[in-house]
Amino acid sequence: MIEGFLSLYIFMLAAFVGYEVISRVPVILHTPLMSGSNFVHGIVLVGAMVALGHAETGLETFIGFIAVILGAGNAVGGYFVTARMLEMFQESKKGQ
Amino acid sequence: MGFLIETSYLLTAILFILGLKRMSHPRTAPAGIVWAGVGMLIATVFTFFHPSIVGNYGWMLLALAIGGGLAWYTAVRVAMTDMPQMIAIYNGMGGGAAGAIAATELLKQHFAIPPAQQLATVRAAIEAGADLDTVQDFVLHADGPSGFIMLLAVLGAIIGTVSFSGSVVAYAKLQGLITRAIRLPSHQLINAVMFAVVVLLGLIIVGASEPNAFLIMLFFLLALVFGVMMALPIGGADMPVVISLFNAFTGLAVAFEGFALNNSAMIIAGTVVGAAGTLLTQLMARAMNRPITNILFSSWAAMGGPATEVTGSMKAADPQDAAVQMCYANKVIIVPGYGLAVAQAQHKIWEMSALLMERGVTVKFAIHPVAGRMPGHMNVLMAEAGVPYDLIFDLDEINNEFETTDVALVIGANDVVNPAAKTDPNSPIYGMPVLNVDEAKNVLVVKRGQGKGFSGIENHLFFLDNTRMVYGDGQKVAAELIAAIKAF
Repeated sequence: MIEGFLSLYIFMLAAFVGYEVISRVPVILHTPLMSGSNFVHGIVLVGAMVALGHAETGLETFIGFIAVILGAGNAVGGYFVTARMLEMFQESKKGQ
Repeated sequence: MGFLIETSYLLTAILFILGLKRMSHPRTAPAGIVWAGVGMLIATVFTFFHPSIVGNYGWMLLALAIGGGLAWYTAVRVAMTDMPQMIAIYNGMGGGAAGAIAATELLKQHFAIPPAQQLATVRAAIEAGADLDTVQDFVLHADGPSGFIMLLAVLGAIIGTVSFSGSVVAYAKLQGLITRAIRLPSHQLINAVMFAVVVLLGLIIVGASEPNAFLIMLFFLLALVFGVMMALPIGGADMPVVISLFNAFTGLAVAFEGFALNNSAMIIAGTVVGAAGTLLTQLMARAMNRPITNILFSSWAAMGGPATEVTGSMKAADPQDAAVQMCYANKVIIVPGYGLAVAQAQHKIWEMSALLMERGVTVKFAIHPVAGRMPGHMNVLMAEAGVPYDLIFDLDEINNEFETTDVALVIGANDVVNPAAKTDPNSPIYGMPVLNVDEAKNVLVVKRGQGKGFSGIENHLFFLDNTRMVYGDGQKVAAELIAAIKAF
């Protein structure tokens, strides 16, 4: 039971962290940040790997296989679109 | 090994949070995504040694290669203008993964057997002459998730699956594969009933003593259809808010599946994204001055009464006159909109701005929060053209400056500069914060033709006495402006 509550505390604190991290973001970074947070939930990949790794039946293996494909797509795609967008932000050169 | 994996997940969580924090400032942002990326890499590598993973390594590597390869191939190729729909599709994949994880967990679901009952069963088995292997097998499988955890898994399954199919529809709409809002008779009622059935099925699945594959499949199928039905009636202009909402959904779904798998990295990362995504969705909806419920459950056209008649006429100007006007100005504010990006004119406009700045004209860029297809999307497009971010200002920063501005150049923007939002209570966009372009001494509007914008609302700005319309394709007009400024 303590373990269950511990998870809920983690849930609550993480929610505050997410709220705090975003609340001071300038509008110009909203799209990259949405993309960045999209990348972060790509962590679902590790869960997909576990699901595939302990699949017992053919159906479970198939679904787990799809899960890993989707999770990898989320993580890799999210990373590269975010990185590409952020690379483009630059300050004006001195003297302009 | 368990200790090592937990440590790696802890490290990943720290890197994610620090990475997101760095992403909140333009200067540190590029490093931020790299930090988060390192975290993801650590978690993925160490997960191969997870004690719950007992096989299927080959399939795992193959799936990683297929999913990762396809995503990499598309992500490095997509044009910046198409970024929102790519974010939608990658987000949908995450939601789908969460749903699929839930499916495997539900298919093998069994509850924990209380210790007293375990002891009784073992005693009975031994008295009946069972051998040690049978007892061991039973005890090892007696552990399982609690009913509460299974409930979270089902909740995550619904949210993730809806996010998956809804995101696919969002992608199709932004990509132009679905061009109009589709709405069935009593659409919201059908949706409400369908949602209730999905939740009911979920509860039945959690309550069942043995997993029922048919019910589980039906549950997921209905959740998929519900996601499609939810996204179909929403218009293209509102899609970014919906994508942001689905992003928060996926985060939450990942967190819930994290509870089901007892995986702390998923719980923390998912929850952070769930909260951040919810806030981001609120900020976007506020920028459009529309409550989220309004976006989800009604359409643009359904709002407001008959709009006020516009008086006056549109007055045209040719690019040469416009260029001369800007050359004589002390201060020019450029208001770019999505039309600029569609015409691929952002590089030309920046070239023009640089020429004006060489002549001593102060040039600033004003970007409305919802310009482009997504809040901040326009900033990305301007950054791509090489415009330094410290020349770009958002609504609150620059709105007082229009009064003292000689020329406001509106190019490809429409609703976000419509003064009707301030003056006409019957306008569908009444109350939406707009850029005060009408307060500038002179307004130049570059526009393809005389038609209405994305939302189909008449723009009062175009009819003002101090407004001149420069008709033509954005790219062509920009080139003519450059030529005229050079010749001046």
